[in-house]
Amino acid sequence: MMYDWLNNLIGSPILAMFIVSLLPLFIFILPFALLAVLAERKVSAHMQDRLGPMRVGYHGILQTVADIIKLLQKEDLVATATDKTLFNFAPLLVFIGSYAAFAVIPFSGFFIGSKIDLGIIFIVGVTGLVVAGILMAGWASNNKYSLLGAMRSAAQIISYEIPTLLIILTVIMLTGTLSLYDLSELQTAYFWNWLILGGPAIGIEKILLIPLMIMGCLIIYTSTLAEVNRTPFDIPEAESELVSGYHTEYSGMKFAMFFLAEYANMFAVSAIVSVIFFGGYQSPFGYLGNTLGLPWLIPIEQFFWFTAKGLFFVFVQMWLRWTLPRFRVDQLMAFCWKYLIPISFVILLLVGLITLI
Amino acid sequence: MALKTEEMVLNMGPQHPSTHGVLRLELQLEGEIIIDVIPHIGYLHRCFEKHAEAMTYPQVIPYTDRMDYLASMYNEFGYALAMERLMKIEIPERVEYIRVIMGELQRIASHLVALGTYGADIGAFTPFLFCFRDRERILHLFEITCGARLLYNYIWIGGVSHDLHPDFIRLTREFIKDFRPNLKELNDLLSYNRIFIERTANVGVLPLDTAINYGVTGPNLRASGMKWDLRKDDPYSVYHKFDYEIPVGSGEKGKTGDCWDRYFIRVREMEESIKIIEQAIETIPDGDVSSAIPKRIKPPEGQIYTRVENPRGELGYFIISDGSVNPARVKVRAPSFVTMQVLPELCKGFMVADVVAILGSIDIVLGEIDR
Amino acid sequence: MKTAEEIFNLLKAKFGDSIIELKSDKPIDLFILVNPLEVDKICLYLREEKDLQFDSLMNLSGVDDANGEKVKDEKGLETIQGGTLSVYYHLESTSLKHKLTLKVSTSREKPEVVTVTESWKSADWHEREAYDMYGIIFINHPDLRRILMPYDWEFGYPLRKDYKNPEFYQGMKVPY
Repeated sequence: MMYDWLNNLIGSPILAMFIVSLLPLFIFILPFALLAVLAERKVSAHMQDRLGPMRVGYHGILQTVADIIKLLQKEDLVATATDKTLFNFAPLLVFIGSYAAFAVIPFSGFFIGSKIDLGIIFIVGVTGLVVAGILMAGWASNNKYSLLGAMRSAAQIISYEIPTLLIILTVIMLTGTLSLYDLSELQTAYFWNWLILGGPAIGIEKILLIPLMIMGCLIIYTSTLAEVNRTPFDIPEAESELVSGYHTEYSGMKFAMFFLAEYANMFAVSAIVSVIFFGGYQSPFGYLGNTLGLPWLIPIEQFFWFTAKGLFFVFVQMWLRWTLPRFRVDQLMAFCWKYLIPISFVILLLVGLITLI
Repeated sequence: MALKTEEMVLNMGPQHPSTHGVLRLELQLEGEIIIDVIPHIGYLHRCFEKHAEAMTYPQVIPYTDRMDYLASMYNEFGYALAMERLMKIEIPERVEYIRVIMGELQRIASHLVALGTYGADIGAFTPFLFCFRDRERILHLFEITCGARLLYNYIWIGGVSHDLHPDFIRLTREFIKDFRPNLKELNDLLSYNRIFIERTANVGVLPLDTAINYGVTGPNLRASGMKWDLRKDDPYSVYHKFDYEIPVGSGEKGKTGDCWDRYFIRVREMEESIKIIEQAIETIPDGDVSSAIPKRIKPPEGQIYTRVENPRGELGYFIISDGSVNPARVKVRAPSFVTMQVLPELCKGFMVADVVAILGSIDIVLGEIDR
Repeated sequence: MKTAEEIFNLLKAKFGDSIIELKSDKPIDLFILVNPLEVDKICLYLREEKDLQFDSLMNLSGVDDANGEKVKDEKGLETIQGGTLSVYYHLESTSLKHKLTLKVSTSREKPEVVTVTESWKSADWHEREAYDMYGIIFINHPDLRRILMPYDWEFGYPLRKDYKNPEFYQGMKVPY
């Protein structure tokens, strides 16, 4: 796709590879992360009947620029009693775990970082690195609060990966493919073909699948919310109980890495949910490019739809954060093991039965 | 072979986002379960009682403000009431009505802070802002009356310092009109939220006889099931002229006396306070507010113990006078001081996250505890 | 509901000499003066007895009566010799709706009062505060240590009338 096109253009495969791998990072993810920080503050402010940042730039648009400059020039405090190697390496690991997932997400029909067949499983595997990073951060901080936060976080992420995987298995079973690109291509034409509404099947099985798919979507949305440590599952960074959980001891650029990785992660999981259930980059109504006869317009439109869906789910995540209180640790685990996992199993079973028919 | 486990001592230190003030809680944990909680206080001790012995009687009033800074009107009210009973001063009725209105507005403001910060501790950040938005209107009412938003020096021995502002009654009516729907919004957002109920129901249950033995009073005692309110059981000022209910905890979402009960009692008390304020501003008589203030306060030798119903419980003033212009002893029985003692009992067997929930539900103010 | 005189008569009948007198000359509250070393038994009786049922201790405060004589010692500092320190107890019954005030007085040099935490647990911290501020030792108290002042404050008891602030505390200048 993009790689082939660039290769033909430039002639050198290595240069093309570099550009393809850096493109999503610089053009999309970093600006998104910066924008998401501002959006969170403005969204939360308007929900709380106040205005949010208003002074820096017009209505506070340049606030994140100010924040990044501030974080960059802060002193990098490292306490003496910490485990230096682990302490310095942990934010890197969390950052890598979040950003590497973007390699296999299809941004449009034309651009996908790496068109491997493993798609979803690659994402699930790579985001597991985040657990290791968090545990390292908690342990190396030499702080009881951080340790508690890190242990809780590790337990939470590992438990909530199971419902995620089960729903992904359901979708794989239904569509027969692991690659996210193929999943998106499968949900062409109108929104009636989106997997949340039964997928491109026809007949009675589509109608039977709809309630199961809707429930599956809710389950995967909830469990990915737990994976990115957002409220109501934000125990590891519970501000009012543990000061700041596993990133209490970090300052300056390292803290910025945790921070940006969280927002990138939020977008990654929103993108996954939209790809799996809501058609990825497909438009719900058909393409302007097709109507007007301009085929090069189509990838741009697809990119626009993909971003819109991803941003919408990010907005819902922020909305949930500022509305709901927090779960307690044992209630969180009970919710996962006693409710989400059995329901996911049942959905898996029922969808399997339906596909056999 | 059993695993060797060790107790961990975790310090919720003097600086912490959740302890309401400078309080140090030493938690002895086994994993996440609490074995013991040892509170250490004294970080905010400002020697109120020693200062009071060096001041004259009217000069003590600003000091009483600063003890429970979230309910300053009531601190002054208690002190003024004690001195008026000791010196047998008759005060005009308008003054009594003004004191009641200010006291009840202060009760609403204090409960709003308690509920907002409690929601923020549990993790719901939005109700905090909603509560403070309403509290801003009350503080505006106080500001136009006496010029101060938090520490008033308004209720003096024998009267009040300024009469009501001409716009006061109109603004109060507008505030009441806007506040009732906001209370409903708060209930929808926080009180009946499933996650909130899971966090607070059946947590930190305070049985009734333990509560009475430990001297717990106020909303905490009412949440445990006892209908005890000093405004009805030991009446003072003109509270007997108004028609209001005393909400009692009934174990609606869990056991009687759990954190949800204590939280919800405060919500219902705000509704009752609104009723009292409405009745008071309709029937307030005219008069002169400073006619009964004596020029020189020199009470007879003797002592008195008076108590009023603070938003946090029973606030008692024990004043001993030796006939001179300075008090010989002013002892303040602060409700939060007595309620802190019951914290270890409430927390045993629960988890670290519950300590925050329980501490928020008993609504302490460190200024009162340490004086 | 009983008046103070009736309660005084009941107590006098049961405890005899430990109940010293009923003071009602000065306004407003009248109080019963009792023996400091017997006050725990008296309080237990007050709580358990069916007609009295004082189930709540409203307040417990230490007081410096300032009735000693002022003496200038060798360094020129004024101290008070002799005189008494007292503890006032304000009790109430939530079921029978009556109130009572008790007072105990001990000497300034060796102030000792028996604790009443057996009867009411709320006395725990109140007595710690009385100890912290006045130096009154409560016999049989479960955990008598300072509560408002720092735990290692060794310069006396702040609310006594002859208390002077020290110059330095742990290297910091005190009156600053």
